[in-house]
Amino acid sequence: MSEPELSVQGLDAAYGASQVLFGVSFDVGRGETLALMGRNGAGKSTTLKAIAGVLPPRAGQVILRGKDMAGRKPYRVAHSGIAYVPEDRQVFPEHTVEENLEIAQKRGLDGTAGWTIPRAFESFPLLLPLRRRMAGRLSGGEQQMLTIARALMGNPAVLLLDEPSEGLAPLIVAEIGRLIRKLRSAGTTIVLAEQNSRFCLAVATRVAVIDKGGIVWHGDVEQFHTDPTVQSRYLQV
Amino acid sequence: MDLGELVSCVGSLSCLVTQVSAGLTIGLLLFLVASGLTLIFGVLGLVNFAHGTLYMLGAYFALSAYAATGSFLVSTLAGTLGVATFGLLIERTLFRRIYGADVLMQLLVCYALILIMDDVVKIIWGGDFLKMDMPDTFRRPPFIIGGGIVPLFYLVLFGVTLAVALLLALCMGRTRFGRTVRAAAVNSTMVASLGVNTNMVFAAVFAIGAALAGLAGALSAPIRSVVPGAGVSILIESFIVTVIGGMGSIGGALVAALLIGLTRSFGSIGFPLFTEGLMFLMMAVVLLLKPSGLAGKHPA
Ligand SMILES: Nc1ncnc2c1ncn2[C@@H]1O[C@H](COP(=O)(O)OP(=O)(O)O)[C@@H](O)[C@H]1O
Ligand SMILES: [Mg+2]
Repeated sequence: MSEPELSVQGLDAAYGASQVLFGVSFDVGRGETLALMGRNGAGKSTTLKAIAGVLPPRAGQVILRGKDMAGRKPYRVAHSGIAYVPEDRQVFPEHTVEENLEIAQKRGLDGTAGWTIPRAFESFPLLLPLRRRMAGRLSGGEQQMLTIARALMGNPAVLLLDEPSEGLAPLIVAEIGRLIRKLRSAGTTIVLAEQNSRFCLAVATRVAVIDKGGIVWHGDVEQFHTDPTVQSRYLQV
Repeated sequence: MDLGELVSCVGSLSCLVTQVSAGLTIGLLLFLVASGLTLIFGVLGLVNFAHGTLYMLGAYFALSAYAATGSFLVSTLAGTLGVATFGLLIERTLFRRIYGADVLMQLLVCYALILIMDDVVKIIWGGDFLKMDMPDTFRRPPFIIGGGIVPLFYLVLFGVTLAVALLLALCMGRTRFGRTVRAAAVNSTMVASLGVNTNMVFAAVFAIGAALAGLAGALSAPIRSVVPGAGVSILIESFIVTVIGGMGSIGGALVAALLIGLTRSFGSIGFPLFTEGLMFLMMAVVLLLKPSGLAGKHPA
């Protein structure tokens, strides 16, 4: 494998005195979609927070295209090319859809400005008629699309998505799955925290399974699909 | 109490014009200070008890700059930009550490700053009442409108403050910077995750708030005495304005500041001994009827 786009090495993270991540390590190749799977409380969200710098890691490295990001402030991590969509979406409720996108607009690592507001509406056509609506008045699915579109406005190299399918109706989940696959084919590297195996199998190329704050399995999505023990051991309740 | 006097004033156009123009002057200066106070509270979660000190510094900076250059433009800019710079300095060193902290902690830090700056001012400018000369350009006979007296300088003051209020509203409502500030006020972590250096945004907001107080101080220097401790009374009035207008609302601050200005101006005729009390009374009434203030959304 050539140099990975994102390489997470020995990541430790804690909330105050309680340590949650114990040496989390995985690689993601350029243009791949890695599904980070695990039970509720396994440490998926914490891993994404630590990569994004929202929860500064206690130890370990977050190497993006050869540069270590660990310990950088969230805005620096974002500038370095990592975009983060948190679990609870966090749209700016009293800003319109368009304003939510505008706030996030910036050039990418290599000065690219491929993602613009018009292109976002092209790729997320459902948002177009809502562009002047307050984000707080959108449905859950619409808000999820908005947060993904908003993250893309920074022209990231790597997109971190925390449970994008959570709590959404099946039709919307399918639509979001389509969007993620489209992003992948456009070359965006994606790390996806998920509990929903069906969704993962539909969108991911690689899988890493996390349990009690450590990676316990990783491999291609096909291997994951055909390995009966990993699913029963680490994912079912 | 002299209600007869008040009634006869309201009945006479000349008295009405004189008092309204005086009231608007008080109100608009107050608005400049209060809008900064409310902006800093709304975005940074800081109750800036030292905001009056910034106003006082603006007056002193303007005074010195005017003495040195004789230019009103220079003195106004010196008061505004000087205090903005000072604000940036204390924001980076002191205030950024107490955003969102316990109000008692904020009070402690601010009170220390008030005491220190009052003494610094005494050392540099002395403890006496000072007054900036009225610039020659504005030393003209006042306008007589409907028999009432309106000094030219008042009109300058109306123009400048209204222009600044408009600029502030446009900046906060219609620019990307303003939208980012409002988003950061609600969820700064998310704004930072989108690549915005929120520390810079917060520093800029504090500097803008400080600049507004400095401008108010500079504009007041030719018409009010400049003295150590001058910040205290305007601070209290600004708090009344933000409470009446609704904490965090700039539009509310404008309405409330004008209300207070007019209350002071007419109150000084009708209730010369109770003008201060009248302001508190108004605040109490607003709090009873609408606890979140005139423009407040959330209950206080
Ligand atoms: N803000 C927090 N403070 C303290 N503990 C937390 C916090 N967030 C999560 N945890 C704990 O960290 C562990 C991992 O949580 P999380 O990363 O959210 O898991 P997942 O996303 O896989 O469901 C859990 O035991 C959870 O209770
Ligand atoms: Mg989670």
